[in-house]
Amino acid sequence: MENFRYLPGVTTLTLNRKACVGCGMCEVVCPHGIFSMHDNKARIDDLDGCMECGACAKNCPADAIGVTPGVGCASYIIQTWIKGKNVAACGSEKCC
Amino acid sequence: MSQKNSQHNSCCEKPSHEPVGIQTAARPITDVAQQNEVCCGSPPGPESSRYEKPGYALLDFVEAFVQTPAGPVPRVKTDLQWRDHAGTIRARLGINRAQHKIAPGLYCVGKPDAQAPVLVTANYKLTFDALRTELKAVSAWVLVLDTRGINVWCAAGKNLFSTTELIDRVNRTDLKKVVSHNRLILPQLAATGVAAHHVKKAIGFKVIYGPVRTLDIPKFLANGFTSEPSMRKVTFSTLERVILIPVELAHLPKPSFWVLLAAFVISGIGIQVFSFSAAWVRGMMLAVAYAVGILAGAIVTPTLLPWIPGKSFAVKGAIIGLIGGAAIVVLFQSNLQFWGALALMLCTTAVGSYLAMNFTGSTPFTSPSGVEKEMRKAIPLQALALIVALVAWVGAAFAG
Repeated sequence: MENFRYLPGVTTLTLNRKACVGCGMCEVVCPHGIFSMHDNKARIDDLDGCMECGACAKNCPADAIGVTPGVGCASYIIQTWIKGKNVAACGSEKCC
Repeated sequence: MSQKNSQHNSCCEKPSHEPVGIQTAARPITDVAQQNEVCCGSPPGPESSRYEKPGYALLDFVEAFVQTPAGPVPRVKTDLQWRDHAGTIRARLGINRAQHKIAPGLYCVGKPDAQAPVLVTANYKLTFDALRTELKAVSAWVLVLDTRGINVWCAAGKNLFSTTELIDRVNRTDLKKVVSHNRLILPQLAATGVAAHHVKKAIGFKVIYGPVRTLDIPKFLANGFTSEPSMRKVTFSTLERVILIPVELAHLPKPSFWVLLAAFVISGIGIQVFSFSAAWVRGMMLAVAYAVGILAGAIVTPTLLPWIPGKSFAVKGAIIGLIGGAAIVVLFQSNLQFWGALALMLCTTAVGSYLAMNFTGSTPFTSPSGVEKEMRKAIPLQALALIVALVAWVGAAFAG
């Protein structure tokens, strides 16, 4: 995905290395390979590669990762602005 | 008996000499006699499968049923029939896509035993087809979750391919009776919706995340459930982008009707209050500008995505829209003054920019924070461009 870089400096991803137990799940699940393991702790190598999918935080047994997950989809975000977060429908015939 | 025969003689001529099987012996004599008659010259088709049930239909992609301690499990074909391809085309065109799904539950491929791996997937038919066609040389159990006909990644993002659905489906299919191990292989992209450690705690099954793409599954299985780094990253090749274009276009007919209606009405306004000939001639130019905006934002930008300058999609779409607008102005130059030309260029730029921005939802790399950031900047500019275009277009009618 090196050809595809999106806006830098926007992701909400954080990693608390003190809380990390070194299980390596974040490295396994990240679809952009932005984590790596060093000294039995996870490290973020490429913060701007994050697309905030939330897979790492979901699978972190130590709650060491924080991110506001969501879908990077303009038509979905427009719906949340118009109808509110709970009514906005991603899916059906409209998008993924 | 003879009465029955005479009734059927008008259509049934040749009697059949096929022996009557033991399984039909319990039937009334009259039925046996009827079975021997061949209607309209061709022999009757085979008997109903013993797996058929009233109110249910056997599906083309099921080739047999395997007996397990948890009941019969359908074994599915690993190649696609014409009906599968037809369904794929319909889904890719956005026709009844939400209904392109299969029943959740346990399926299998090959000849799996209690030690065979369990592959977990979504019940979107395209996903299921992509998986089973890669399993030609594999014996495995395939656990299909109810993701409401949505693919793995999007379903995981919507919490449909979720920890609770997985736990629930394992329990409802009695998977523990079918396999003697405790491993579930999930697509890596399901990790957005499934917490592996919670699954382990709840039902004792260990979640192993497999590769992103189904085509890497045979290699993953052969390598002892490990993925190479390249198998764990998403890609967005030209083909992967182009295949999404029809669905982008499928969203457009409804809004386009109103846009075009407005375009023709606005184009008729002028010195004579309203002119139908102007509405037609100038309306066509505006319609072409709109079509070029769609071409720019929903077709060209997705196709050429990595090569168009700019990081935000709105900028990429605007660049292509502007180029398209310039082409239109050259095409219509004999009919256009400055303000008219400006209006058409702004129109294609705004439409191209907006549609390109909407393509963010189809990509595997845009973060919601990033999309929201670019939208907050781009939407006011797109709206401003359209208002200026409108004023310039109507103004040009009065100036000309």
